[in-house]
Amino acid sequence: MIYRETGQFKTSYAADQQIFPIRQDRIGIAILLAFAFVVVPLTAGNYWFNAILIPFLIFSLAALGLNILTGYAGQLSLGSAAFMAVGAYAAYNFQVRIEGMPVLLSFILAGLTAAGVGILFGLPSLRIKGFYLAVATLAAQFFIVWCLTKFPYLSNYSASGVISVPNVEILGYTFDTPQSRYLLVLSIVSLMALLAKNMVRSSTGRAWMAVRDMDVAAEVIGIRLMRTKLLAFAISSFYCGVAGALYAFCYLGSVEPDGFSLDLSFKILFMIIVGGVGSILGSFLGAAFILLVPIFLDIVLPWLSELLHLPVDSATVSHMQLMVFGELIMFFLIVEPHGLARLWQIGKEKLRLWPFPH
Amino acid sequence: MIKRFKQLTLATSVAVACFAGALPAAQAAEEQFFMIPSYRVGPYGANGQSFYGGFIDYLTYVNMKGGIDGVQITWEECETEYNNAKGVECYERLKSKAQKAPGPIHTMSTGISYALVDKSAADKLPLAMMGYGLTSAVDGSVFPWAFPLVTTYQMQASAIIKFLKDKEKGSLEGKKIVYLYHDSAYGKEPILALEAESRLNKFTLVQIPVAHPGNEQGAQWQRIRQEKPDYVILWGWGVMNMTALNTAQKMGYPRERMIGSWWAGSEEDVIPAGDAAKGYMSATWNVAGKGVPLIADIEKTVYGAGKGNLKDTSKIGTILYNRGVSAAVLSVEAIRTAQAKFGKGKAMGPEQVRWGLENLNLTEARLKQLGATGLLPEVKTSCNNHEGSGKVKIQQWDGTKWVPLTDWIEGNKALIHPLFMADAQKYAKEKGITPRDCSKEK
Repeated sequence: MIYRETGQFKTSYAADQQIFPIRQDRIGIAILLAFAFVVVPLTAGNYWFNAILIPFLIFSLAALGLNILTGYAGQLSLGSAAFMAVGAYAAYNFQVRIEGMPVLLSFILAGLTAAGVGILFGLPSLRIKGFYLAVATLAAQFFIVWCLTKFPYLSNYSASGVISVPNVEILGYTFDTPQSRYLLVLSIVSLMALLAKNMVRSSTGRAWMAVRDMDVAAEVIGIRLMRTKLLAFAISSFYCGVAGALYAFCYLGSVEPDGFSLDLSFKILFMIIVGGVGSILGSFLGAAFILLVPIFLDIVLPWLSELLHLPVDSATVSHMQLMVFGELIMFFLIVEPHGLARLWQIGKEKLRLWPFPH
Repeated sequence: MIKRFKQLTLATSVAVACFAGALPAAQAAEEQFFMIPSYRVGPYGANGQSFYGGFIDYLTYVNMKGGIDGVQITWEECETEYNNAKGVECYERLKSKAQKAPGPIHTMSTGISYALVDKSAADKLPLAMMGYGLTSAVDGSVFPWAFPLVTTYQMQASAIIKFLKDKEKGSLEGKKIVYLYHDSAYGKEPILALEAESRLNKFTLVQIPVAHPGNEQGAQWQRIRQEKPDYVILWGWGVMNMTALNTAQKMGYPRERMIGSWWAGSEEDVIPAGDAAKGYMSATWNVAGKGVPLIADIEKTVYGAGKGNLKDTSKIGTILYNRGVSAAVLSVEAIRTAQAKFGKGKAMGPEQVRWGLENLNLTEARLKQLGATGLLPEVKTSCNNHEGSGKVKIQQWDGTKWVPLTDWIEGNKALIHPLFMADAQKYAKEKGITPRDCSKEK
């Protein structure tokens, strides 16, 4: 009853083409943004910023990048963590080697570097598909991590290969409090999510989806496969690269190549599978699920076992956490194989009919 | 949707936080809180279980003996899985509890401690990195809150060279030493020190990296066979050590000429290698076994009362268990040191604990009093030496147990420490830190 577009007439092309055609959605997103930009910084504590919100936003961005490539353009990739590593190390090098380099510019350059590397490793996609392409991107994963370990130049000759990033400073303002870093990450992520949302509705996005659904047919109707696929690789890697730079600069503060392992790539892949393949919202939901549920279990399980006087030690609790998490993933995938974003969509459909379902 | 989701998670987590907060009784007047970012699952879970088992057992032991001059120790564990991001999350979760009266934080992970160096300095919480972590933190003027206690990789490498030199009757000139290392921060850190040693002692250093996880070393050992080195220094971790020992046996390289780092010298490394490990040597800064009175007493007191942390009691007295105990001994002694200055029987604040760590003086006499003679070397820290010892023992695996071969050996401090200082200065410059003046500290 509340969520219904009855009476909302579109009288211009602009109105018809807006991102959120339904007024309730527009209001919802405005409230959400206002909440994220105003209420959260005023109320949340340091733990929320440093351990939950900032990593959540950064991983959402990485998942968004992978979703563009895998969900929209249909190219399976296992190299997201490696592209994040490229971004992190590139941003660090631009920042350390060029005197007076603005941080935002180095983030953009980091994204562009990652995009370049992404194009390079996207080249096999012109010949191979599906699982075989996944194996080719796996090469990126191993090669890039090896490269960062092998060439000391890339870590500015740090004896251990670990880089420790300088402070983030924009126009003389140092982003050293958790709030300010959160706002910086939030601004970048919102902007890039908006861009992605628009991109997938544009001719570029439609070309991606055409290639995903059937590339021969797409070629027949005049979509240039090479350009479309490589563009998807470039833009996806750009997103991952920026996410990697933020991961190093605004979250951990120091990173090592081993941190960007295959595990992390899988984690990002699980985010989009659980969240919803081919959905912008799904990237955020998936990141939240994969990041927050283990933390939630970690807090709840010991408390629960103490409450019930179960004789479990901390090792068992850790094992239980992994098991429950795995079961939850399976549960969601069985109940809704198209991810959490699809659940939300179903919910919306139901809301439109509520309270009189037919 | 995201809004709803956020509200939902916020609401649930607020609820959880309330419960979690209400759960441990409100902090009594004099309590010292240890945050323990431990790991018991994941690839290194077995190592973590022994280390943190020993650590917590000693804290329990101290509590059973009346606490630190009456101050009871409380703690909370958080599972990090040896993963940097999870480690940071644990730190952020527990730090508010620790801000009043913290114990030193032991992560037993180089990656996590790197990520915490800046954060803990900003939050003013003491961070201990015993035998791992950012080694240039030896320079306390740049790193007031970070303590690579006891010894560092570089000093260990230098001590191993010294041991080999003594073995070769005082000169390594013209000898060839292979450095076989885990290709990660951990394996790369000693390289500068080894290179300096090779210039000084005129031996040839051959560096051979092994990619993680290191369960295939055919090519590396082929190369070692060609090089015919006098010694092989093994800087491995986990499965890499076992593989190295087995491959050495296959290739016919004598294990008596192989010497490992302290992370390549625990029971977990040699028992799976079986026969191949016999005669293999390694460095260590704590001895194994229940021969140390303290370890025997912990087993009797803590496990006798059924309060032990380990389920698998056969781990008591292993290298890593004893290392956990020695980490806890140093932490508690630092708090005692602080109490001696700032008031006995009181919980110590962060700045006071930091002072205690920086002015720690764990003498042989005090170790004897604790029943920990020989468990770890004497440790004496100061503002410009956060390491405090730099001594290791060399032990040999006789097929069933580790046997100490030597007394404490100190690395070449004059050669190694300037490397730390230079690195710390570089760090200070990159981060815009103004180093403290150590001569003004008291």
